[in-house]
Amino acid sequence: MVDTANAVTHTDGQDPSRRDFIHIAAAVGTVGGAAALAWPLIDQMNPSGDTLALASVEYDFSKVALGQQVSIIWRGKPVFIRHRTPAEIASARAADHASMPDPQADSARVKPGKDEWLVLVGVCTHLGCVPGFGGGEYRGWLCPCHGSVYDTSGRIRQGPAPKNLAVPDYTFTGPTKVKIG
Amino acid sequence: MSGHPPSTYEPKTGIERWLDARLPIIRLGVDLMDFPTPKNLNYWWTFGGILAVCLVTQILTGVILAMHYVPNGDMAFNSVEHIMRDVNYGWLIRYIHANGASMFFLAVYIHMARGMYYGSYKAPREVLWLLGCIIYLLMMATAFMGYVLPWGQMSFAGAVVITNLFSAFDQIIPGLGTAITTWLWGGFAVGGATLNRFFSLHFLLPFMIAGVVILHIWALHVPGNNNPTGVEVKSKEDTVPFHPYYTVKDGFAIVAFFVVFAWFVFFAPEALGHVDNQVMANPLVTPPHIVPEWYFLPFYAILRSIPQKLFGVLAMFGSIGMLFALPWLDTSKVKSMRYRPAARVFFLLFVAAAIGLGWCGGKEPDDVVIALGKSETGDPTGFSVVWLSRILATYYFAYFILILPILGLRETPGQVPTNISTPVLGGAAMPAGAAAQAEKKG
Repeated sequence: MVDTANAVTHTDGQDPSRRDFIHIAAAVGTVGGAAALAWPLIDQMNPSGDTLALASVEYDFSKVALGQQVSIIWRGKPVFIRHRTPAEIASARAADHASMPDPQADSARVKPGKDEWLVLVGVCTHLGCVPGFGGGEYRGWLCPCHGSVYDTSGRIRQGPAPKNLAVPDYTFTGPTKVKIG
Repeated sequence: MSGHPPSTYEPKTGIERWLDARLPIIRLGVDLMDFPTPKNLNYWWTFGGILAVCLVTQILTGVILAMHYVPNGDMAFNSVEHIMRDVNYGWLIRYIHANGASMFFLAVYIHMARGMYYGSYKAPREVLWLLGCIIYLLMMATAFMGYVLPWGQMSFAGAVVITNLFSAFDQIIPGLGTAITTWLWGGFAVGGATLNRFFSLHFLLPFMIAGVVILHIWALHVPGNNNPTGVEVKSKEDTVPFHPYYTVKDGFAIVAFFVVFAWFVFFAPEALGHVDNQVMANPLVTPPHIVPEWYFLPFYAILRSIPQKLFGVLAMFGSIGMLFALPWLDTSKVKSMRYRPAARVFFLLFVAAAIGLGWCGGKEPDDVVIALGKSETGDPTGFSVVWLSRILATYYFAYFILILPILGLRETPGQVPTNISTPVLGGAAMPAGAAAQAEKKG
């Protein structure tokens, strides 16, 4: 129908609107096809199914004595499980109202009734290095890369890091067991 | 490029002039697009462009697969399963790559047959043909080593058989073949060291192919394209610019070819593979029926048709060597077989022989083609696959070393047109007005 109507008013093949339509349709088809093809080639670099499946780890902390800390790996990153001494807890609680870059109460960083267990993602919030325990002015963690200082609650107190050491999602699944993630 | 007509590119902006004086890369692109191309190229000529897209597809998907593959004897098989199951779209990328190899060979065989039919290997295009033969050799090496990488049973058996071809040199100088195979394997048998070096070379060779492809295109642009008449371009009226005429024609052919390609990838991704390769490589067991990929079957049939190890291997390599000698074996001055009725028949028989050899390569040597009787155990006896292979292999070699040299001297070719335009326009010159009208519509 359209062809017939066009043929009446225009010389065949010289209707600029039909020619434009072919060009635009071809361009849109090419760009759309290229995008559809490009997506699988890009998405393949995202985490694969088996990597995503490793979303949680369990740990039995019965052998972690008072004042000890273990580092375990969760999603390729270190997680600190620290058995805090009463002195460390007291030092963290005393500083709750001090001025700090990322204010947070110590009680909000542990599970209720489990003040002695501090679980942290052991990745400095500055540029990703692993802080070591016992250094710095607040006797918490000190990052060897650029000198960020964390206290015994893992809160940032000095240095270039903007945030506290992250507390991952975790639950106590038994008297001596914790599940991270 | 020395064969090109004077460049028509004129830099319009200051930046273009600045760049053109330093790296005339825009000029190169414009000249390639303007390249005067015979106006009578048919769809058999689109396979060059199809092959270029095949190479790009293989390199792109291959580089991606190398991001997820582990070239280690203990982990390679599982890493391929990881690609198939866990990597996002890994199944798609691997199936494109695996079937892409078959599509690449399908296209290259059509491309080679086109060159053989239309005499594209003859003067002044011998170097162009030789570079194509080198690309084909590199393709075979690349495909073979790529097939080893999944480290399944067929991968392993393939690696064992192909590398052991070189052990035939023991029959010339005792110990030579063994020394070569030990060197190839990096051990006393195909193993982890072999896999690792095959991975390295499988990654390298496609880029060498890409390099030779550039030389191939360079060698094409010196004499210009051959064409279905085999008559050289005589004047500007015999040609059209490459763009838009052949970019569009090649583009359409590429889309059509990729429809077939996509059918394999999405509907029959394992149709060209072997189930035994779903079993991890086991040096203690060889699968009962070993066959190479389909694109190697004709050569495999030639190898098996000769009951002597060294001569079988030499015949197999010789069958590829024939291609290199082809420009000097064909004595006919007429390029296109359009005007060589006898040669056309012999060529079609050659294609049939090559396909027949491929069929033989996929069968057991003792399979019976024509049953003439029954053995004591009731199995049919008669004309077997190995004898059919021998007849077809004889024709394959005879085509190159007897038929083409003799035929060119003895046959009576048909009337060759004086120029490309004559058969296109039925002898009449195109009126100026008609040409202008065609330009306007285009």
